[in-house]
Amino acid sequence: MTAPLPRNVLQAAEAIPAGSRAARLAGIILAGLVLVGLTVGLLDWTGTDYAYLAAYTVLQFVVLATAWNILGGYAGYVNFGTAAFFAIGCYTTVVIYKTIQLPLLLAIPIGGLMAGIVGFGTGYLTLRLRGVFFSIATLALAVLLQTLVVNWTFVGGARGVYVLRPEALSIFGSYTRFLFIVMLALAIGSVLIARMVANSWLGRGLAAIRDDETAAECCGVPGLRLKLIATTLSGALMGMAGAPFPYFITYVDPGTAFSLSVAVNSIAMPLIGGTGHWIGPVLGALLLGSVQQVITVTVSSALNLMIVGILLVVFVAVAPNGIVGAWKRLSERGSWIHRLLRRRA
Amino acid sequence: MGADLQLLLDAVVSGVMVGGFYAAAAVGITIAFGLLDIVNIAHPGFIVAGAFIAYWLNVTFGLDPLLSAAIAAPLSFFVGRLLYRNYYLAFEKHGEESLQGLAFFFGILFIVEVALLLVFGVDYRFVEAPYIGPTVSLGSVTVATRLLVPLLVGLSVVAAIQVYLKYTFVGRTILAVSQDPGALRLVGGDPVWTKEIAFGLSIATAVIAGCLLIIIQAVEPSIGREYIGRVFAICVLGGMMSLTGTVVASMILGIAESITTIYFGPSWAPAVSFGFLLIALTVRPSGIFSR
Repeated sequence: MTAPLPRNVLQAAEAIPAGSRAARLAGIILAGLVLVGLTVGLLDWTGTDYAYLAAYTVLQFVVLATAWNILGGYAGYVNFGTAAFFAIGCYTTVVIYKTIQLPLLLAIPIGGLMAGIVGFGTGYLTLRLRGVFFSIATLALAVLLQTLVVNWTFVGGARGVYVLRPEALSIFGSYTRFLFIVMLALAIGSVLIARMVANSWLGRGLAAIRDDETAAECCGVPGLRLKLIATTLSGALMGMAGAPFPYFITYVDPGTAFSLSVAVNSIAMPLIGGTGHWIGPVLGALLLGSVQQVITVTVSSALNLMIVGILLVVFVAVAPNGIVGAWKRLSERGSWIHRLLRRRA
Repeated sequence: MGADLQLLLDAVVSGVMVGGFYAAAAVGITIAFGLLDIVNIAHPGFIVAGAFIAYWLNVTFGLDPLLSAAIAAPLSFFVGRLLYRNYYLAFEKHGEESLQGLAFFFGILFIVEVALLLVFGVDYRFVEAPYIGPTVSLGSVTVATRLLVPLLVGLSVVAAIQVYLKYTFVGRTILAVSQDPGALRLVGGDPVWTKEIAFGLSIATAVIAGCLLIIIQAVEPSIGREYIGRVFAICVLGGMMSLTGTVVASMILGIAESITTIYFGPSWAPAVSFGFLLIALTVRPSGIFSR
């Protein structure tokens, strides 16, 4: 069903002895910190709020794509309702804003909790059946929740609602910069979680389910429980990605919160990057997210969505394992990349 | 009391009318998803595309939507065959249809919607036809002919497909491929060709349903999303493989939505199909008409 590639990579990671593994981890963390420092420095250097807005959007897609991949990539269960989970986080913040006015940093975990609960409920009702039924239920879930929100005048109904940004703390500079740093932290956090899941008993169980669910259950993998954990975790991360959105956009209406862009990108990005490995969605989100920012500014946002749709169809048909899979194939066939890697080793 | 009963009766009658249209919209999913096991979530995209074909022919040449359906259906049959051929070569042949196939059809749905958006814009479009406007009285109930025509055409389409599947050679091959493609190959049939024909039929019914849709209401490109929940709810509720089940489930959904519209307002109607789908999946995943 899915390529053996990503798991070979994982097995390779496990085969490395503990000492060098710790060194490798330290190296990754150091490289990550340097990258983060460089990004923030670069954005500061451009000196405009727009750079932060663009970077925020790309990072939001990193969170969504990574979250989608925990269920979709690892277990092979396709969730079409990313926009629904995203909107739950979004509207949780709106409700908190209109009632008890907690700070954003507290609203994010609450939004995640709400989305996680909905994910658990949907999963509990539909995950016992074939995977397609779960997919169809998530598609319909987005329509149902949008209907609820449109009819709920307290959160603005169909007309939408304005959200005023609070004062920014001085250490973060502008509020946009603060939101960017929050989303950066969420992105790093979700990628770390996805990486941990992939290397744990949970990830191995999910991979077994993806390859052959019946065989996995026969070997004692608790299928439903693992799928439920993955659905809840994935939904919660999507909700957390949506929670800062009202402050980002300052005006929320159902059309924006349940946007097509979220629904299609969160599926296109992992599939284009490569679903089996945690780096796949990150690659896909960074590439596709950045390209879309450029196209939206220079051409139009409708055409931009068209390009994502076409890329999705072309990639799943031609390169079913995404960029990571294509890379792996290139390096396997004795190509120049392969020789380069061999020489270094 | 009399007024209440009259209201309920009106709701039931208009529910049955809309149900007839839903049957035409969902019969393609029953063929593709129920019989062929192809999860074509792009089906509503083709319905909306059909509606816009009828709109374009009506505005440019003044064609009647039903005539447009008769012209567009054979063409879309070949589009469907082509689509299945590609789907087979890219996914089914390698046994990769589950995740990648779903993403593929999701991408197609998306491309169709955005393409319609780019060509026709976000405005609601409608058509002109002699039967849009007048009403017919049936006893105490007044019925709009714009609902009556889709009911009759929709039910005829389903009946024609039922006859085709039951009494023609190719139709029975389609039923055979849904039961056991391997056995069909053993007796000399070609499962891929059979599925191609059946999928072409499924897309043709979607386009016909689109032409009916624009008779019933004004259409804009993203309206297809409301139909994803509806057509799959009908297919599951109707027992996946049964055309009779599809018609009965369509009527049930139509009546439930129409009653919801009257008592709670039209903005709640889209939630009904999701409720039906969830109940069907949790309580009786094999549907009410399963064998």
